[in-house]
Amino acid sequence: MKLTFKKGLVHGLPICLGYLSVSFGFGISAVASGLSVLEATLISATNLTSAGQAAGIEIIAAAGGYIEMALTQLIINLRYALMGISLSQKIDKAYSVPARMVTSFGITDEIFAVAYSQTGQITSLYMLGMILISCLGWTGGTLLGAVAGTVLPVIITGALGIMLYAMFIAIVVPVAKEDKKVLAAVFIAIALSVIFKYLLPFVSAGFAIIICAVVASLLAALIFPIKEEEE
Amino acid sequence: MSLAIYMVVMAGVTYLIRMLPFTLMRKKIKSRFFRSFLYYVPYAVLSAMTFPSIFYSTGNVITAAVGTFTALVLAYYKKPLIVVALCAAASALTVALIIKFV
Repeated sequence: MKLTFKKGLVHGLPICLGYLSVSFGFGISAVASGLSVLEATLISATNLTSAGQAAGIEIIAAAGGYIEMALTQLIINLRYALMGISLSQKIDKAYSVPARMVTSFGITDEIFAVAYSQTGQITSLYMLGMILISCLGWTGGTLLGAVAGTVLPVIITGALGIMLYAMFIAIVVPVAKEDKKVLAAVFIAIALSVIFKYLLPFVSAGFAIIICAVVASLLAALIFPIKEEEE
Repeated sequence: MSLAIYMVVMAGVTYLIRMLPFTLMRKKIKSRFFRSFLYYVPYAVLSAMTFPSIFYSTGNVITAAVGTFTALVLAYYKKPLIVVALCAAASALTVALIIKFV
């Protein structure tokens, strides 16, 4: 079964709907932290990543440094490098270098997971279809959330501000429940994050996230190296 | 600090880290340690970003704590992302309304 552009659109539709809701939360948070509707939407259209963007608006709100911004994005999005490497093993021969350069923009957790689970070789048109519709959901949801954030009363936008974090919980908890090694990494990261927040408040948000994530992941990798099949 | 530069740095770094390996790499990463490290990074990042920040996400620690509890319970029972997020917000809003009007 050939992986066509149309098939990419169909496979991307559930991702699009999921993104619509996640990015709605991002739009609310972005406007609450002082960005305009246009700026929030533009960030989503050019980044297409939840955790990186959430950390990004934190750094902007705290007037952090550009190096801090670059390093934070590097660490948070490091997983995409690995996904890109894995995906590069599964693409068809006609997948040109320019096509790689364009479609690499759309390597996200969800798009990677769907593309990688296909049995046939992945075509550039299939990737393009899935990315276009997913990107539409991500950017559109941000726009809606940002507009909602500016027109809804504070008591509602305040409550909606928890959505993005609740989604992070929804991503981590089911995995940590099944995999105790992930649970250990999670607890180390949270413990470090709490220490930074209350005992080392002079360390800026971006660097605190980097240090927490790197230290927790290094410790977990040292103590609990993964087996081959857990990739 | 310029917002335009922040946005260029964000988008630029995020794009390059996706583009370079996908475009240039032809081999698999062999190191078990490095693969383990990369496996844990997303969960460590999300956990560090969520706690304790989530308690300040609604502007009121009590409503945020209720929302967090709701999210943890629903996530434990593997409810979909959107259900977890909306129920967390709804429970936080309910408590906020109770505090305001009761």
